Amino acid sequence: MTIKIYIPRDSSALSMGAEKVALAIGNEAKKRGLDVHIIRNGSRGLYWLETMVEVSTASGRVAYGPVKVRDVPSLFDADFAHGKAHALNLGLTEELPWLKKQQRLTFARVGITDPISLTDYIAHEGYQGLKNALTLSANEIVKTVTDSGLRGRGGAAFPTGIKWNTVLGCQSEQKYIVCNADEGDSGTYSDRMIMEGDPFVLIEGMTIAAIAVGATQGYIYLRSEYPHALVTLNAAIEVANQAGYLGADILDSGRAFHLEVRRAAGAYVCGEETSLLESLEGKRGQVRFKPPLPAIEGLFGKPTVVNNVISLATVPIILHKGAQYYADYGMGRSRGTLPIQLAGNIKQGGLVELAFGATLRELLYDFGGGSATGRPIRAVQVGGPLGAFLPESQFDTPLDYEAFSQLWAVLGHGGIVAFDDSVDMAVMARYAFEFCAIESCGKCTPCRIGSTRGAEVMDQIIAGKDTVKNIKLVRDLSDTMLNGSLCALGGMTPYPVLSAMNHFPEDFETKKASAAA
Amino acid sequence: MQDLPIKIDALIAKHQQIPGALLPLLHAIQDEVGYVPESSYKPIAKALNLSVAEVHGVVTFYHHFRTHKPGRHTLQICRAESCQAMGSVALEAHAKQCLNIDYHQTTKDDAISLEPVYCLGNCALSPAVMMDDEIYGRVSAADLDALVAEATA
Repeated sequence: MTIKIYIPRDSSALSMGAEKVALAIGNEAKKRGLDVHIIRNGSRGLYWLETMVEVSTASGRVAYGPVKVRDVPSLFDADFAHGKAHALNLGLTEELPWLKKQQRLTFARVGITDPISLTDYIAHEGYQGLKNALTLSANEIVKTVTDSGLRGRGGAAFPTGIKWNTVLGCQSEQKYIVCNADEGDSGTYSDRMIMEGDPFVLIEGMTIAAIAVGATQGYIYLRSEYPHALVTLNAAIEVANQAGYLGADILDSGRAFHLEVRRAAGAYVCGEETSLLESLEGKRGQVRFKPPLPAIEGLFGKPTVVNNVISLATVPIILHKGAQYYADYGMGRSRGTLPIQLAGNIKQGGLVELAFGATLRELLYDFGGGSATGRPIRAVQVGGPLGAFLPESQFDTPLDYEAFSQLWAVLGHGGIVAFDDSVDMAVMARYAFEFCAIESCGKCTPCRIGSTRGAEVMDQIIAGKDTVKNIKLVRDLSDTMLNGSLCALGGMTPYPVLSAMNHFPEDFETKKASAAA
Repeated sequence: MQDLPIKIDALIAKHQQIPGALLPLLHAIQDEVGYVPESSYKPIAKALNLSVAEVHGVVTFYHHFRTHKPGRHTLQICRAESCQAMGSVALEAHAKQCLNIDYHQTTKDDAISLEPVYCLGNCALSPAVMMDDEIYGRVSAADLDALVAEATA
């Protein structure tokens, strides 16, 4: 009987040598005359165990990891192909506590299926959401998404259904669905995991959005730093087109939806929706004034839904299982689940999808296992380069949009970057300004000039020059950027800067003493 | 390169009709030629009904596009927060010292161009680097040396 072996094609797994491991396993099997079928799945998200190889057995899939090429002969010697004991044997994948404790809705299939097999997708409840959507009116689809409580997972947390409703209400001969896949926040990779591990769920979500609002053309604006996601998405789109899930007549419904991937070009600001639209139109990615809202005048001036990958990839399960099923997860006004990404100085980094409400501490220690270096975790930055730094005293905060707002922090796209006690928060504050200066689109003055001046003043503080005066100056400058910037890039750069100052004043104020010493 | 204008013209012809053609076209040119030559601005501008200044503006806005021929390999080192938390600052210093170049420069033997990158989406396995289109995680100074050696071999 053919033995099924799963070896991820996910970028992070590849970064740990998954390609070479797959090759070695294939060659070794051939050498030993074993009949194996290697499936290149997405990653289960236990990145510290990559390359994690799974074999299909009668009792379920058994995992081995982290597998290096040099382990391959001994794995075969131990008969890993039948799930036998080996030093790297992790047991049944489904029983791994890391996975068992999760509530995977958006990520239900990631790591389980072959990402570009439509048959596999459908066998694992794929396209049930679209089938339901095709039986509903546009208003009913939008109402389902609204009732589910789904909020934009890109960071702004705007209710997805409300956005759709605005586009639905616009009269236009052409409307667009744009997927924001310009996942530029450090510490985030859930979009990438979906696109590489379950691209059909994104395609299905965009198709449902198109049917709901009456759009016929969609674009996935994908960052150029994700070459593997590009290949996987294009392969899946091709398959969906051929099978009638995309194209001129979706599942004989008479509805058309054409989908295309467009490559971004390495500008962080293009993750801002109006800048993204400018870029899609072939221009410099400069932020637009709002209003008009993109929902009313978006791409090429037409009504446009712009949603993040995770928002769109969550739509199929909502349409499949109902608004209430999704809304039953979560807390307060944060309904459903959030795919959280553990990153930075963390022992067990990876993807944890949980209902809103888990605390940072649970994630950092129960899932993350503490820092990678073994030193105390001193700070975490949540929500990317524009997110606040949180000190240990705030680690009991639940992951909930409103709870974070109250702390003057943001949940953003759900990335958590851990830093151990060797971090210098003044250096991090300087970096926040520097990053803003590098990535500023240049349209508004507070961001364009403020970021550069901010980095300069931070240099003074780090050098211990006029610390008291300069700290006041940074606060003043931050106030201007916060209130005077056109978009979140300039407007939120003060979050990391001021939170670092507020929670770790010793890193700023003591510079004089240490610089002089 | 004798056939450069012919190549560019062919790519322009292939892309000029699509909506928002400029970025896909610039990508196609860079994929094929390795960079976006300034000599292409004029024909691009003409075909897309833009000014040369507009084309120049777009090319220079995006970090991804380059206007000069790169080395045979491009090494990108992630500078973002997650990688910083795992020692990327030391790693970039090491790379610059070994290659004897700064960011946006190419080694004398034309082997490697060094570029900063702001997140490769490999943040659970920081620090991360990318050599051409291949990504590497948990990269130590020794790993980086090995990558460079392999690329220049």
